[in-house]
Amino acid sequence: MRKIKEYVIEKSLLSSALITIAITFGIISVLAVEAFQFFSEVSIIDFLTDSQWTPLFTDKHYGILPLLSGTLLTSFIAISVALPVGLSISIYLSEYAPKSFRKTIKPLLELLASIPTVVYGFFALIVVTPFLQQFIPGLSGFNSLSAGIVMGIMIIPFISSLSEDALHAVPKEMREASYGMGATKLQTAFKVVVPAASSGIIVSIILAISRAIGETMIVAIAAGQQPRLTFDPTVPVETITAYIVQVSLGDVQHGSIEYRTIFAAGITLFVYTFLLNTLSFYIRKKYRQKYE
Amino acid sequence: MNSITKNRLKDQVFKFWGIACTLFALILLVIFIGDIFIDGIQRIDWAFITDLPSRKAEKSGIYTALMGSIWILLLTAIIAFPVGVAAGVYLEEYSKKNRLSALLEINISNLAGVPSIIYGLLGLEVFVRVMGLGASVLAGALTLSLLILPIIIVATREAVKAVPSSIRDASYALGASKWQPIWNQILPASGGGILTGVILALSRAVGETAPLIVVGALAYVPFAPTNPLDEFSVLPIQIFNWISRPQHGFIENAAAAIIILLLITFVMNGIAVYFRNKWQKKLK
Repeated sequence: MRKIKEYVIEKSLLSSALITIAITFGIISVLAVEAFQFFSEVSIIDFLTDSQWTPLFTDKHYGILPLLSGTLLTSFIAISVALPVGLSISIYLSEYAPKSFRKTIKPLLELLASIPTVVYGFFALIVVTPFLQQFIPGLSGFNSLSAGIVMGIMIIPFISSLSEDALHAVPKEMREASYGMGATKLQTAFKVVVPAASSGIIVSIILAISRAIGETMIVAIAAGQQPRLTFDPTVPVETITAYIVQVSLGDVQHGSIEYRTIFAAGITLFVYTFLLNTLSFYIRKKYRQKYE
Repeated sequence: MNSITKNRLKDQVFKFWGIACTLFALILLVIFIGDIFIDGIQRIDWAFITDLPSRKAEKSGIYTALMGSIWILLLTAIIAFPVGVAAGVYLEEYSKKNRLSALLEINISNLAGVPSIIYGLLGLEVFVRVMGLGASVLAGALTLSLLILPIIIVATREAVKAVPSSIRDASYALGASKWQPIWNQILPASGGGILTGVILALSRAVGETAPLIVVGALAYVPFAPTNPLDEFSVLPIQIFNWISRPQHGFIENAAAAIIILLLITFVMNGIAVYFRNKWQKKLK
């Protein structure tokens, strides 16, 4: 009796764990099936090379490049904000700040990451864009600059927290050896600690990029809904995610080509984030516990 | 200036730069919340919470969206909690080091990084269409459950791992089966940690907008849901809808609704931190 009970329990726990595999399988097959039907109507060459994305107009073009450029542009701006600030915070907190300061600041910074993204969208559109318009006269009401900056602020804690963990894990002896040679804290930080923690820092950056690429509400609210192949940060653009939101808000018939475009856009997004996530997983796996 | 003073100077400069960056992030947080507060606080009264949405900004309330969010929260908790904890316990206590466990591990790590909008596409196809649930609260809750499952699993594993193995060994020595110490000792001992993870995951679910838009949640529903198959809206979608309208009155509404949403998020985070601190003390 007891054996049967144990067996049933183990198998039901196992099936819960297997649900996670089913989710991945579900995501890939849903995206693949709909995207496959999309590509039976639109040539993949056009999809990858056409410089216009106008599936909702009468003159239809299905080139992913404008959406991709919008996604890369906003993500690039976000990373340009989050990387220097986040990394500086992590080095300061790990190497300079008193322990008690570090303990209070870290949860406060993580509060930034817990704010719903729709709230950040509000900031970007209502606060940051009007503020920037005072300095940049040509700035459009919807633009990738303020969306990107606000997204960067949102992902600061991703970089600062994970990097700080990595820096903190570097053993004290390495620092002390460096101080013993007469090095300052700054020299020790950049020539000893940061190189030793580099894999953890790189993982935090990759995850931040992946997060930026998949971010939806900030760009849907503040970056506009005009697919445009440009790297000008002052004009409206549209990201892959914002396009999916735009179509979902409208009334699109299932089985229509418009319906399938969101899956074609989705699979593009999925491929990018999947590659980044897998890369970060292997880096973490390979270099974990180096100093333990 | 010799090189020693130069290096010390650089050191000091970086120190202040580091402080400046840290304060920069925190001050922005304060500015953002302060600005929202100024924009929205005078709009919040009891009627704002109990009124139905309306075409006129000053008559609009968040009742249906708030009820939708509560429905989503409860259903998501009911669905995701048992599955997530069971999967976490399996991975930590049962799974052997083999190819399956390696696959599960990389898979969960990967799922945690999949953009939330992709889960929306999955939910749209599987729950809304194939299972025929339509754009219902249940379809939304199932979608968000999948989204927060990896967070709950990781939190459960961490919490279970933190329970000292001496407890397990003592149980085995008394002739317990594999499951008995897990149910009677390990789960109660790791409960605080698991609870922390679940609450944090749910607070993420409350703030999610994009996957629910894709699933088909509406910006305008005349009534609060009364059963799991009703159509629904949630607070973030209501906020999104108000932000996208040009009239100033709706911006005020959006700010007011954001105050409520932030309040819910921060209270949930606060509870989670409280449980974590209490649990960590107990574990020691």
